[in-house]
Amino acid sequence: MITIAARRLVSMLLIMFVISILLFVVFEGDKVNLAARVLGPYSAMEGRLTWLETNGYNRPIITRYFSWLYGFFTGDWKTSAQFSAPVYNFLLPRLKNTAILGACVFVLTVTISLVLGVFAGVAEASKRDRVITVFSVLTTSVPEFASATFLVAIFVFWLDWLPGSSSFSTGFSWREMVLPVATLVIYNFGYYTRMTRASMAEVMNSQYIRTAILKGLPYRQVIMRHALRNALIAPFTVMILQLNYLLSGVVVTEVFFAYDGYGKALYDAAMFGDVYLILAGAMIAVVVAVVSQFISDVGYTLLNPRIRFA
Amino acid sequence: MRKFLKSFALLRESPIGMIGISLVAFWVIIALVVGFLPLRDPLAQSAGDLLKPALTLAQDGGHYWLGTDDRGRDILSRLFFGSRLVLFWSSLATIIAYSVGMLMGVTAGYRGGWWDEGLSFLGNVFLAFPQMVLFIVILSQLGSDSPAGRWLAQTGFSTTWVKGVTIVLAVMFATAPQVARIVRGLVLDLKTRDYVAAAEVRGEGAFYIMLVELLPNARGPLIVDACLRLGYVTIAIAALGFLGLGLPPPDPDWGKMISDVRGFGAMAANAMIWPALAISSLVLGLNLMADGIREIALRD
Repeated sequence: MITIAARRLVSMLLIMFVISILLFVVFEGDKVNLAARVLGPYSAMEGRLTWLETNGYNRPIITRYFSWLYGFFTGDWKTSAQFSAPVYNFLLPRLKNTAILGACVFVLTVTISLVLGVFAGVAEASKRDRVITVFSVLTTSVPEFASATFLVAIFVFWLDWLPGSSSFSTGFSWREMVLPVATLVIYNFGYYTRMTRASMAEVMNSQYIRTAILKGLPYRQVIMRHALRNALIAPFTVMILQLNYLLSGVVVTEVFFAYDGYGKALYDAAMFGDVYLILAGAMIAVVVAVVSQFISDVGYTLLNPRIRFA
Repeated sequence: MRKFLKSFALLRESPIGMIGISLVAFWVIIALVVGFLPLRDPLAQSAGDLLKPALTLAQDGGHYWLGTDDRGRDILSRLFFGSRLVLFWSSLATIIAYSVGMLMGVTAGYRGGWWDEGLSFLGNVFLAFPQMVLFIVILSQLGSDSPAGRWLAQTGFSTTWVKGVTIVLAVMFATAPQVARIVRGLVLDLKTRDYVAAAEVRGEGAFYIMLVELLPNARGPLIVDACLRLGYVTIAIAALGFLGLGLPPPDPDWGKMISDVRGFGAMAANAMIWPALAISSLVLGLNLMADGIREIALRD
């Protein structure tokens, strides 16, 4: 177990290393454009070069890279060119916003998809199963920006119940959370539902469930005590693994609703060429990806006694 | 051809698959015949007809069946002409990503050892990025004002092509590792089969075994996955259009059609809904088609 964790940690650091080098090289060619974006389109060429010089962008790429690497581990994440603020201080509240959004989405998605998936899987090929399956294919087929469009058209323009922007300009409000959360839940729950359904259907066809039913246990008890635990192993692993994919949808949704989170910050940074902000964002993404994968592996072994770490 | 017809006949048994095929076929046929349809010019702007609702009478006596956008362009005609771009670029991107991914996966699975370690690590590097962030980084940096973009422009490609090729590359980086992972798993299972051993004994080269013996035998799950993948790629490319990183204006990209009119609030509700419906119906078609194929494949 500890060996696995150590191996994961090493591979994570290696991946972070490679990604940070790639990003550094990719953004190196864009330096003058970056200065132009900071100083405005009508700035003089000399001014841009001076800006690069004074902000240390003209040092050799290797020096710059190692200075960044050292700073990254000691808590100095450099300064964002776009927002002229330390990246660390800038990104932290953004991350908090996205964590709130992500937590709401995750809890709702998991609840809805487990309930629907179990209901469909218990009675495979029934009418209820068909309806739930088709419904979940339908919702996964609507991309986030499209379902956001529909939601805004219905609830903002037509019914006028909810605000169409979630910038929290007047402080935090639950009303502004509804639409971004709904958008992400709608796109994501279908996949998990089908996963749970398939897993539940498989368990219901197994010998031990038949035995439990034949020996006269109440149907409720068979489902609750025998079927559920075994059926939830596979969906659980996938749900944690998908945290990484959730982040992709978060970018589009946050941009659509002007929600000030990690995704929108990363989008702005990439459009601006703000290399230090991108680097920090990418490193966080790698950590989230690797840690979620690790949690999913550990959870899988805890839930499934047939598998143990070698 | 007969085999193709036979599998089509099989697919008719799945009503869900048939609905999917009809939706996809609708957009494919539209894309093929759009030049012959009596549509208005998709790029023609009309200052007097801004953001009109559906079924409006145009000033010149014609109809705007689905209304107009913020520049008075006909939405129906933009949607139909846009289907060409959407279908062409997402198919091309999927095909290329699939080819690269299959090659990576089959090599990693069959060669094993350092090949496997290296290719899997490379895949993990790209998989560790959230997909959309990877797209944004690649597209914002390999755009038309980057060295690579300038080189492509010099060789005489139009801006649409330069942007299109960068999108295809970005999709390839994000998608190929996922495909490779699936193929690798399938190959690890297949390479213990007798026919692979037979080919090795016959003295066939590694390339022959990978391309002739292994890949064709892995095709079942891959066909279903390719359908789903095409759906994801279509979504991703449209999302890029929405974020302003897609094909350059004035091309009628469905994602961009939404973001173009977004700033006009309730007035633009009509102009926003149609492209959202178009992309959703196409992706729904692809997903249902994949479902139908899977259902039939499981039956026998």
